[in-house]
Amino acid sequence: MSGPTRIRASVKDGVTEVRMLMSHPMESGLRKGPSGERVPMHYIDEITVRHNERVVLAASFGPSVSTNPYLAFSFAGGAPGDEITVSWRDTGGDSRSDSTRIS
Amino acid sequence: MRRQRRRMLKTVGGLGAVGLLPLRVGDAGAAAATPDLPGFDTRSIDEVIAALGAGRPMDSAEIRITAPPVAEDGRTVSIGVASGLPGTDRIVLLVEKNPVKVVASYTLPDGTAPAIQTRVKMNETSNVYAVVRAGGEFYVARREVRVIVGGCGL
Repeated sequence: MSGPTRIRASVKDGVTEVRMLMSHPMESGLRKGPSGERVPMHYIDEITVRHNERVVLAASFGPSVSTNPYLAFSFAGGAPGDEITVSWRDTGGDSRSDSTRIS
Repeated sequence: MRRQRRRMLKTVGGLGAVGLLPLRVGDAGAAAATPDLPGFDTRSIDEVIAALGAGRPMDSAEIRITAPPVAEDGRTVSIGVASGLPGTDRIVLLVEKNPVKVVASYTLPDGTAPAIQTRVKMNETSNVYAVVRAGGEFYVARREVRVIVGGCGL
């Protein structure tokens, strides 16, 4: 199972900067394991970032995104204490949602 | 070798069926040529971009791609895309020489800055493309990134 997404969010001059590190193998299905067998395809394909209830970023990933995907962006608004939630779904049907507060 | 390639093609072909990216990576053109391998990017980068619904985007100097000129490790290459085009609401990142060229597509609602940073796998030295939709029009920029050690099968 995947571990929690590490999220940092801080607001400065009315702009909130969000950085996150998701925990996922992002297997493309092309890589071979130690025994020479192909490792089955398994990667995050959809992510959504919300500020409180509002979507501030939606993304679709393919298998060329690195293992343990990193993503950073910023949006106008946000205040210390507001909630930032990162939700993802992968090709295996797993999903998870993690939150942090803006500092 | 050839056999192996077929297998690989099939695997990647499956991506289309899973409905990868709302980008229709594998439809019409490629499917017609190779019916059992709908998603594999044997197509040129121009064809892949056209299949995103972007047609033939205009080159724009307003799109800035930041990347190391030389990447030591192709498994994780830091890439940033920033658009100076007003009304930017979508950014798509592509790596020309990867088995799956479309890396990710970002939808940016009002209020979100038209800039993202991420890390991507790169199989070998390649052009990185950023396709941007702004005011309903598509624009493109490219930048070459040299890779020392490829993302080995990715």
